[in-house]
Amino acid sequence: MGNEEAVFYSRVLTELTLSFHIIYATIGVGVPLMIMIAQWVGIKKNDEHYILLARRWARGFIITVAVGVVTGTAIGLQLSLLWPNFMEFAGNVIALPLFMETFAFFFEAIFLGIYLYTWDRFENQKKHLLLLVPVAIGASFSAVFITMVNAFMNAPRGFDIVDGEIVNINPIIAMFNPAMPTKVAHVVITAYMTAAFVLAAIAAFRLLRGSDHVYHKKALYLTMKLGFVFSIATALIGDFSGKYLAEYQPEKLAAAEWHFETQENAPLILFGVLKDGEVKYAINIPFGLSMLAFNNPNAEVIGLDQFPEDEIPPLYIHYLFNIMVFIGMWMTILSALYWIGINRGWKRVSTKWFRWLIVLGAPLTMIAIESGWWLAEVGRQPWILRKIMRVEDAATTSGQVDLMLMLFAGLYIVLGIGSVVVLRRMFNKNPVERELEDRHKEQGGDVQ
Amino acid sequence: MNLEILGISVLWTFLFGYILVGAIDFGAGFFNAYSLLTGKQRILTKVIQRYLSPVWEVTNVFLVFFFVGIIGFFPKTAFYYGTTLLVPVSFGIILLAIRGSYYAFETYGARGHKGYSFMYGLAGILIPASLSIVLTISEGGFIEIVDGNPVLDYWVLFTSPLTWSIVVLSIAATLYISAVFLTWYAHKAGDVEATNLLRKYALIWSLPTIITAGGIIFELRRHNFEHYNNIQTFWPMFLISFLLFAGTVWLLWKRHNYGWAFILLMGQFIFAFFGYGASHYPYLLYPYLTIYDSFTNPAMAISLIVAFILGLGLLIPSLVLLMRLFLFNKGYVRGKKDFHV
Repeated sequence: MGNEEAVFYSRVLTELTLSFHIIYATIGVGVPLMIMIAQWVGIKKNDEHYILLARRWARGFIITVAVGVVTGTAIGLQLSLLWPNFMEFAGNVIALPLFMETFAFFFEAIFLGIYLYTWDRFENQKKHLLLLVPVAIGASFSAVFITMVNAFMNAPRGFDIVDGEIVNINPIIAMFNPAMPTKVAHVVITAYMTAAFVLAAIAAFRLLRGSDHVYHKKALYLTMKLGFVFSIATALIGDFSGKYLAEYQPEKLAAAEWHFETQENAPLILFGVLKDGEVKYAINIPFGLSMLAFNNPNAEVIGLDQFPEDEIPPLYIHYLFNIMVFIGMWMTILSALYWIGINRGWKRVSTKWFRWLIVLGAPLTMIAIESGWWLAEVGRQPWILRKIMRVEDAATTSGQVDLMLMLFAGLYIVLGIGSVVVLRRMFNKNPVERELEDRHKEQGGDVQ
Repeated sequence: MNLEILGISVLWTFLFGYILVGAIDFGAGFFNAYSLLTGKQRILTKVIQRYLSPVWEVTNVFLVFFFVGIIGFFPKTAFYYGTTLLVPVSFGIILLAIRGSYYAFETYGARGHKGYSFMYGLAGILIPASLSIVLTISEGGFIEIVDGNPVLDYWVLFTSPLTWSIVVLSIAATLYISAVFLTWYAHKAGDVEATNLLRKYALIWSLPTIITAGGIIFELRRHNFEHYNNIQTFWPMFLISFLLFAGTVWLLWKRHNYGWAFILLMGQFIFAFFGYGASHYPYLLYPYLTIYDSFTNPAMAISLIVAFILGLGLLIPSLVLLMRLFLFNKGYVRGKKDFHV
C-alpha cells in the first residue's frame, strides 16, 4: 500500500486531538450538573454561598466550554479528514446518533447562552435554575450519543455484509449495540465524578492558599460528597464493563489482564511488568478474573491463545487499565474518608496534607480519564470497526497529515495555555471575599 | 420530491443559516478589532458585544449540523471530500478554534484585552475564505483520481481566478452582511454614532460584494460550462437577488428603515444561494459525485428525517426564546439591563 506514514500520522493526530478534547469535554459534561446541584441547594437552604458557587463555576465553565466546543468541532471534522473510509461506512450505519448529537449540542448551546445572561433577571430563582436543566441534559446527551458511536466501533451491529456491500441496515440496532449500555454509563458517570473532584481540588487549593472562608469549605464538602457518590457508581459500572468485555470482546479483556491461556478459575493479575513474555512482580488474586468476568470463581475465561497474532491489541494496555482502576479506587477511599471525617469531626481531614491530597485528585482523575480512553481505543486495535475494518484500511491517503499534526499540536498548546491563563486571571482578580462584599453593598447590606 | 432532494435541501438550508449568522458574527468580530486599531472602539465595541455575546456558540452548531448531516445523508462525500480537503479544512478548523476560544477568553475572562480581540477578529474574517474553498472545489477541475483515490491539485487550485474570486466574495459578503445587520441593531439600540459608522461600512462593502458575485458567474463560463448553462436557466432567481440587493443599498443610502434593509439583504442571499444550489444540482462534486449515487440507504435516510423533525420540535421554540430574550428585547438591546453571569 505504501500508506503507512499517512496511517501513522493520522493515528497520532487523532490521539492528540481526542486526548486534548476529552479534558474539556469531561468538564463540559460534568460541571453543568454540579452547577445545577449547587444552585438548587442554595435555593433550598436559602444560602447565598451556594448560589454564588454556582455562579462562579458557571463563569469558569464558559471558558472550558469554549475550548471544548472548538476542539469538538475539530475532532468531528478530523474523523472525515483522517478516516474517510471509516466515515463513509459510519455514515451508512451509525449516522443517526451522530446527527442527534448535533441537536443535543444545539439545545445546550442555546440554553447556556440564555442561562449565562439571565442571572438576577428573574424574581424567582427557580425559574433561572430551570434554564440550566436543558444545558445539563444537552451536555450529558451529547456524551451519550457520541459514546454510542464509539460503542458501535467496538461492537458493530445492525447490518450485514454481502459480497462487500452493506445490506439490511438497521440504525436503531446499530445505536443500541451490546457495548452501548456499559460504555455510555461509564463515560457519563465518570465525567460527573471527575468534575466533582476537579471542583473539590479548586476549593481545597483556595483553602490551602490562605483563604479560610466558609464558602470554600461548603464547596469542598459538597463536591467531595458528590465525588464519592459518583465514584461508587463508577465502580459498579466498571464491574458491568468487565462482564460485557468477557462476553463480547474477550481479546480486549485478555490483553488488559495479561490473560494468555484460556482457563477456568482464572486469577486476576494486578500491576507487574512484562519481560520476554513473562509476567514479573505482579500480584495474583486467585479466581479474580473469573469473578470479574462472570461472577463465578470457576468460570472459563477466554485467553489470548484463542486469537490470531495479528488480532491481539498491544499488551501495554494492562498498565493503562491498572492506572485507571487504581486512581478510581484511591479517589473513592479519599472522598469516603473526607465525608466520614467531616461528619465525625476528625481533625485530620482538615489538615494541610489531606487538602493537598484532594488537590492532587484533579490531575489524577484526569489521568484516569485519559488512561481509560487510551485503553478503550488501543484495546480495540487493530480494528477501527471490530472484525469489520482495520485501522490501516480506514485512513486517508493524503500526504500532508504530518504537517497538519504539527499545526494542531501548536493550536492545542495555544488553547491549553490560553485557557489556563484566562481562568487564573478571572478568579484571582475577583476573589470570592470581594465578590460577596460587593454584592452586600449592592443590596444595601441585606442578605438575600 | 424524493428523499435525496429533501436531504440536500435541509442541509443547504442549514448551511445558509451558518453563512448568515456566521457572517454577522465574523464581520462583527472584525469590525470590533478594526475599531480598536483605529481608535473608534468607543463608538462600536459596545453595540457589537451586546449582539455577539449570547449567540456565539449557536453559530458554531449550524456548521456542525451541516457537516454531520452531509456524512449521514451522503456518506460517499466522506471519501471524496474527506480525502481531498485535509489541508484547507484543517486551516478552517484552526481558525475556528482560535476565533471561538479567544472570543470567549476576551469576553468572559479579559474584557477589552486588545491582543485577544485582534486574534479573534482576524481569525474570524479568514474563516469564510478558508471554508469557501470547498465550494470552489465542488465545481470540479481540481481533483484527479489517482489509483482509485481522489487527489487535490493545489497548483491548479491556487492559480485559478475562480478560487480567488470566491475568496474575495466570501470576505466582502461577510463584511457586507455584518455591517447591514449591525446598522439595524445599532439603530434599534438608539446609538446614532454607531449606526452612521456601520452604515458607511455597509455601503463600502456592497460594491465588492456585487462585483465579485457577478464576476464568478462569468468565470464559471470558462471553468464549468455545464454549471454556467444551468445558472442561465435559473436567471429569474438571480435577477430577483440583484433587485433585492439594489433595494438594500437604496434604503441604506436614504437612511430609511434599516430593518427592511436587512430583510431585503436576507432575501438577496436566499435567492442567490438557493439559485446557485439549484443550478449545481445534481452534482455534489463535479463530475464524480451526484446526490443520487452518494445517497445513503433508505432506512438511514428515514430515521435521519424523523430525528430531524423531532429535533426541530425542540430547536425552534428554543431559538424563538433566545431571540425574544436578546435580539428582540428592547431593554437588552439598549443596554439598560445587564444580567451577565
